Amino acid sequence: MPPCKAEVKKLSFFYGTMQALHQIDLPLADKHVTALVGPSGCGKSTLLRCFNRIHDLYPNTRYDGEIILYPSGANIVDKSIDPIEMRMRIGMVFQKPNPFPKSIFENVAYGLRLKGITNKTELKDRVEVALTSTAIWEEIKDRLNKSAYELSGGQQQRLCIARAVAAEPEMLLMDEPCSALDPIASAKIEDLIRELRKKYAVLIVTHNMQQASRASDYTAFMYLGRLVEFGTTTDIFTNPKSKETEDYVTGRFG
Amino acid sequence: MDKQTAKIVARRKLEDRIFNALGIFCTLVALSTLALLLGDLLVTGLSRIDWQFLTSFPSRKAERSGILSSWVGSLVVMCVTGCTAVPLGIAAGVYMEEYGRKGRINTIIEVNIANLAGVPSIIYGLMALGIFVYYLGLGQSVLAGGLTLAVLILPIVIVSTREALRTVPVQIREAAYALGASKWQVISHHLLRYSLGGISTGVIIAISRAIGETAPLITIGALTFIAFLPTSPLAEPFPEHLTDWLHSPFAVLPIQMFNWTSRPTEDFHRNAAAAGIILIAVTLSLNAVAIFVRHRVRRHIKW
Repeated sequence: MPPCKAEVKKLSFFYGTMQALHQIDLPLADKHVTALVGPSGCGKSTLLRCFNRIHDLYPNTRYDGEIILYPSGANIVDKSIDPIEMRMRIGMVFQKPNPFPKSIFENVAYGLRLKGITNKTELKDRVEVALTSTAIWEEIKDRLNKSAYELSGGQQQRLCIARAVAAEPEMLLMDEPCSALDPIASAKIEDLIRELRKKYAVLIVTHNMQQASRASDYTAFMYLGRLVEFGTTTDIFTNPKSKETEDYVTGRFG
Repeated sequence: MDKQTAKIVARRKLEDRIFNALGIFCTLVALSTLALLLGDLLVTGLSRIDWQFLTSFPSRKAERSGILSSWVGSLVVMCVTGCTAVPLGIAAGVYMEEYGRKGRINTIIEVNIANLAGVPSIIYGLMALGIFVYYLGLGQSVLAGGLTLAVLILPIVIVSTREALRTVPVQIREAAYALGASKWQVISHHLLRYSLGGISTGVIIAISRAIGETAPLITIGALTFIAFLPTSPLAEPFPEHLTDWLHSPFAVLPIQMFNWTSRPTEDFHRNAAAAGIILIAVTLSLNAVAIFVRHRVRRHIKW
């Protein structure tokens, strides 16, 4: 396995008294895509959302265990780690495209502004770089000042990815990024994910088995809050060790 | 279709028609009452509105009377009310919605704020008489009047702020937090901006309610007959009179109107109707502004 970008160690997570994750262990390879698959309610999104501590926004949530981020070795879910700093270092893309009701430019520039960049030329350059890297620059370069809501769903999602990568995070989280998109727009996002892994460790939650097999290098199968099996995507799909994994990836349940 | 079904369908159709007619009738009753009132007011008062009416002080002679002191009074009182109730109400709404921990205390406060909005306004007048006029020694001034109405509309501002904040979808909040925004940045860069339409609608409606309030101001002792204006804050020598207007006695439009209605002669009633028209015009145009603002903001933001 290539060098790790992050490593989940004995991570449990609680919503109040309800335990949603049980002792998860999962390595994430740098510059590779890891897919989290499993039936609805198995805890994939919950696990993904631990990485940027977005659970902290809601009351009565509790982490137990570690997510170590390399090379710094910091434990992301430790109370002493500032979640704001973590969120600047780890970008996230959501299930439904969620651009701000601002201009296209301001959407992408927002993460940079939060990092304290105010220089107009630098902002402009980095917005262009981000939009180019998400393959949307050519389509929208003439309407950067138009509202992001004028874009199609697929374009909005690529804009949201650009927004997440503009501040050059260390890692990218994607929570079913194609579930609200049509097949053509999904295919574009998948191409984009393959591009993004050249720079980032990508963790992606997906319900779509074809997508997992096409776009990811490693796959983790989760069930009922536990990690059942983890391996290279080829192994999980062609030679699964557990019966549950096999049933799920072949579409017999879930 | 068999006979039984046909009978049922016919019955349903009849029920529908009856209810439809009933609805139209009720709507017409409400609308025609309003139209009648407005019409009566216009017929009586419209001819009385002219430049002289707007620029004269009240007088013992009806035809020489005007509403200068009362519209200026309404304006300055609304200044005080707006400047205090709007920031306080928005801040309280933001705190309760975004910072306050959701628990029993928050629920109790929430229920009580909703209740406050329903307390008769004269009760606010009595409270203000005790607290602002006597205890704080503000006297029967513009400041006391403005603060009284501010307390009166505070619940409306708070509730509409909270409701407006609640309409911002959770996905937008999470998007901002996920980029590393702090709570205050999420509030100031996003939540307040996107809910501006709802908040300003609430504020405008609250102000238009305050403009028409009479009882609490009579309770605290607003004048019914006043023949001078508050000192201009810009009066010479300059900064000395900056806050004098706050301590000036005042009358407001609805009180002036009330005063004229209680006179026995017909010509004063015409004055009252004319003042009423102006009051209604101001209120309706404020409501129109609120509708306009809401539509404008909605055009740019759709969730």
